[in-house]
Amino acid sequence: MSDPITRPGVATPRDGADTPATDKPREGAAERGIGRLGDRKKAKLDALAQASADKGGVSLLRDAGRRLRRNPVAMVGVVIVAVFVLVAVLAPLLAPHDPAQRFDELTKNLTVDNIPGTTDGFPLGSDPMGRDFLSRLIYGSRQTLFVGVLATLIGLALGALVGAVAGAFGGWVDNILMRLTDVMLALPALLLAISLVAMASRSSQWTVIMAVAIVNVPIFARLLRGSMLAQRESDHVLAARALGVKTNSIVMRHMLPNAMTAVIVQATLTLSTAILEAASLSFLGLGDPDINRAEWGLMLGVDGVRYFEVRPELAYYPALAIIVVALGFTLLGEGMREAIDPKNRR
Amino acid sequence: MQASRRKAAVALAAAAALAVGASGCAKSERGGDSGGAKTGGTFVFAGAGDPKNFDPIFNDDGETFRPVRQMFETLIQNKPGTADLEGALAESWEHDAEGKVWTFHLRKGVKFHDGSAFNSAAVCYNFDRWYNMKGAAAQSQMLYYMDVFGGFAHNESDDAGKALYNKCDAPDDNTAVITMNEYKGAFPGAFALTSLSIASPDALKKYDADTVKQNGDSFEYSAFANEHPVGTGPFTFGGWDKSKNEITLNRNADYWGEKAKVDKVIIKVIEDENTRKQELRAGTVQGIDFPAPADRKALESEGFNVINRPAFNILYLGINQKNPKLKDLRVRQAIAYALNRQQLVQTKGPGGTKVADEFMPDTVLGYAPDVQKYEYDPEKAKQLLKEAGAEGMTLNFYYPTDVSRPYMPNPQEIFTVLANDLQAVGFKVNGVSRPWNGGYKDDVQQFGKHDLHLLGWTGDYNDPGNFVGTFFGRAKTEFGDAAMTDMFEAITKADATVDDAGKRAAWEQVNRDIATKWLPAVPIWHAPPAIVVTKDVKGLIASPLTDERFDTVSVG
Amino acid sequence: MLRVIVRRLLQLVVTLIALSALIFIWLRNLPGGPVEALLGERGTPERRVLLTKALGYDQPILVQYAKFMQRVVTGDFGNSIRNGDPVTEVLGRAFPATIELALAAMIIAIGLGVPLGYLAARYKGRLLDNLSIAGTLLGISIPIFFLGYLLKDVFTQNIHWFPPSGRLSTGLDSTHVTGFFVLDGLLTREFDVTADALWHLILPAFTLATIPLAVIVRMTRASVLDVLNEDYVRTAEAKGLRHKTIRGRHILRNALLPVVTTIGLQTGALLSGAVLTEKVYNWGGLGTLITNSISGGRDYPVLQALILLAAVVFVVVNLLVDLSYAVIDPRVRVR
Repeated sequence: MSDPITRPGVATPRDGADTPATDKPREGAAERGIGRLGDRKKAKLDALAQASADKGGVSLLRDAGRRLRRNPVAMVGVVIVAVFVLVAVLAPLLAPHDPAQRFDELTKNLTVDNIPGTTDGFPLGSDPMGRDFLSRLIYGSRQTLFVGVLATLIGLALGALVGAVAGAFGGWVDNILMRLTDVMLALPALLLAISLVAMASRSSQWTVIMAVAIVNVPIFARLLRGSMLAQRESDHVLAARALGVKTNSIVMRHMLPNAMTAVIVQATLTLSTAILEAASLSFLGLGDPDINRAEWGLMLGVDGVRYFEVRPELAYYPALAIIVVALGFTLLGEGMREAIDPKNRR
Repeated sequence: MQASRRKAAVALAAAAALAVGASGCAKSERGGDSGGAKTGGTFVFAGAGDPKNFDPIFNDDGETFRPVRQMFETLIQNKPGTADLEGALAESWEHDAEGKVWTFHLRKGVKFHDGSAFNSAAVCYNFDRWYNMKGAAAQSQMLYYMDVFGGFAHNESDDAGKALYNKCDAPDDNTAVITMNEYKGAFPGAFALTSLSIASPDALKKYDADTVKQNGDSFEYSAFANEHPVGTGPFTFGGWDKSKNEITLNRNADYWGEKAKVDKVIIKVIEDENTRKQELRAGTVQGIDFPAPADRKALESEGFNVINRPAFNILYLGINQKNPKLKDLRVRQAIAYALNRQQLVQTKGPGGTKVADEFMPDTVLGYAPDVQKYEYDPEKAKQLLKEAGAEGMTLNFYYPTDVSRPYMPNPQEIFTVLANDLQAVGFKVNGVSRPWNGGYKDDVQQFGKHDLHLLGWTGDYNDPGNFVGTFFGRAKTEFGDAAMTDMFEAITKADATVDDAGKRAAWEQVNRDIATKWLPAVPIWHAPPAIVVTKDVKGLIASPLTDERFDTVSVG
Repeated sequence: MLRVIVRRLLQLVVTLIALSALIFIWLRNLPGGPVEALLGERGTPERRVLLTKALGYDQPILVQYAKFMQRVVTGDFGNSIRNGDPVTEVLGRAFPATIELALAAMIIAIGLGVPLGYLAARYKGRLLDNLSIAGTLLGISIPIFFLGYLLKDVFTQNIHWFPPSGRLSTGLDSTHVTGFFVLDGLLTREFDVTADALWHLILPAFTLATIPLAVIVRMTRASVLDVLNEDYVRTAEAKGLRHKTIRGRHILRNALLPVVTTIGLQTGALLSGAVLTEKVYNWGGLGTLITNSISGGRDYPVLQALILLAAVVFVVVNLLVDLSYAVIDPRVRVR
């Protein structure tokens, strides 16, 4: 299935190594104390960092891009993500109605135990508030993307900062910061998010975004630091250094672009978990309190569950949307990871 | 500790085994009894939350009162299914002209579960116990006592008021005379408060009931409150299995009145409303409280008996007059006219919900049939706003999250609808959500940060003071209306009126004036909370005060 | 070695004190809290003051913290504000519940995941393999609470195979010894209790199992594929050893090593899932306790104890793992 280079039937010596090789603790991991809580995540990140460091940026990307295109499963991910983003961007054009508006046609027959289905002009009927369900599903892609992307980007930015500080200062700063990220990696992600929401003085869409973002900070911090460290010793950086290129320019021209490939892969995977985590928070009653906002996690975790027996579609459609999109990002992310992972190049 | 608990558990198992044996006997008797309600068996009822402990005086929430009501009784009680009063432990009562001296004629032949006799000395012991309660920890937990009697013999805090209670005399075994320092409208209704249940003096002493230990920032209650609650009620305490969230109550074979029909009642705590419903369907429980409003119709169509309690609550939209623009009556009226409450009731009200015109249900004394009603009229709202020069003003509308109250099953949805209505007439609405226990009540009641807010109340006893008096009887940050002294005065006067006719007239006038002159808030609706039982369950009488007693219930 | 342990333990104490102070102060500075929760709608200013004083929240926060630490040292974490129970008892009830659930989930995940992963590897590229990969992808993409809801709806409402919630049937006589109900039934020879507890356990455990299941299947598959190509397997095949022998002696034994490591490291994800699963099935465990303690008015004593407990467990486990590696592999030096 997820087999980027070897086609079925064309046996190669390492036929078996096609699944994410980084799922395995890598050799030499014992020296870093593998087995500590959170180390599976850690090992995965280190492998990814290493992989993107092994080769120069541009050619790697081109190479990886070619492999990605040849991977049908990853392409499914590409299509899903593309459609999702397109719907999100074009929501105002696609949606027949304003997602926050209550319509008399729908509220007319609306009660707590009767939510109108298909009505003239409202193909998917009403939501529990007498708003157009279809428009809310369409706009939902926008909010879901917004929450997912923002949570990921903030996590990435903070993670990059931590990783950079750790890498730049080294020594005890590095030690403490990395120990801290280890601790955070070891904590169950959702529990960490719950605690963060509980620790916020007020709840809003931003508490959810921040909680999910902070859960991702250690992931990106470790990834960036690992990538930088790996590249310091890599051939092309050594070569650049030997040629007398300035340190600043090595970092900007060579190290950062290379690190970015790893980061993009991880960010893609993170998007899928971020969407799921936001939905879980909504389900636990710790999510975005504004029910006027159409967001799939909110629609599923609050309305979907509450009105499941009145109109199960209120749960099924957003759930389906979440599953498909999460799947899309996972497929794309894993496809990209396989594409740049050196183990797959043998 | 562990060993003793194990022993207790074994004892419990043994007791339960006996109970099973007893139920076996009951069953065989039942065979010959063809007519009337069946007796014996177990009634399993799913409640919605953990009780705190079983000492009535230290509690104030419905989930605690549910088991407490089966084990304890009050001097006066609410007639089943109503908020009207009838004799309970006291067969009759009277008061003097000033309403200060209350004489209770007690029922004879009543025994506590521990075998000790119920008499006037026991009544006075209880009242004196409350009045003389020591320790800040204990006093701080006696919300209802404070509500009714104001203070203690020795207040641990300067902030508590003067005690209303003076003394309790026992001229003979069956007469208890309670003397107050002054009259209060809460009487006699307050004597029916579950919190003021009469407990066995012997057990109170034996199990050290008055000791509420302060353990750091929390309290530890006595053995009486946790393991040995002893009252006179139709059920005795069987046990509380906390890891299974089950409270077992056994039939009191020596009960003075008609004995309970079932041998055993198990109250199971299931916090999630969806799970309660599913357990009911699975047949593992025979009754549930507070079904989700959305599920009521489905349950009914499946043959379950969905009983709506008469609504004894109120949801209101509070207006904070700290905002100078809201001091203008016309703006407050504009808000009232802007709200399409009829549509809110239709779309979001649990079945049986009614639009509220006053701040108390119409079954309460002093409900005026002719108050000004603010029918939905957006044009009028716009016009009033224009006159007041407040068009386009911004309202900070506070609403709670993470909570579901009987009068407010889903505050976020209610907020969304109301905010929509307000925007339609030209208000700008800035919605602010706070978790119910994470600052919402503090923000609106203590700090008054809001312009508008949602809050409500479930009545404790049949008295207008318990509704209107609680809300508007004095200056409160919640409404920022310190200047409305005539309103406070009118309410204080109404509350102090002893004779029934005068009291009724005074309160009716208060209700009329609230609607026309003061309008400190907009009443939204009265929503009846429901209770659901299986077809087999007979004899459950739903109470507006959620005061259901399970002794009349039979199963199968 | 001993010096290392002592030093790490000292580090532990310092970390814990710092952490607990931080959390303590932070929690108490948040809006709302126990006083607000206890008062409900009945919050008059007088009552607020009375309750605040009674609970000691009017004192300087450092004094409160000092008092708290004083008690913690003696093993006293106070009582839950929600119901007055000693916090140690509250935790003592919730802990076994969650562990029981998590263990059952892990057993199901391993029991299904390893054979499935093995078969997927053996029949790589065939229907079974593709199905298992699709299944695991779906497993990590579906919100677990929704899966729980669906399973619960189907198996407890449409077909009544399992009970909808709880850990034991209502009214069932049972003696609690350890708090692990399956085990308790065996210990006290109340086998009906064991059966009942298992019956309640199956559906929640299966729901929760989907999280580690996906990872275990992929891990096993990858690992078995690796081993299949190792020389010793080919040698064994070339020697004409029976398939069963090869499978048992060579493939599985070697392939399972990394799988075992993965399983150990799934604990965190399992606990995340447990919070959601417990809510769906009204399972009185740690997850329920945490969410209730937060929404039910920030039960300070319970939350503080939970956080300290989590910190202790984490640090101790970390230390133990480091030490055990030093014992197993002499090349690893514990710093």
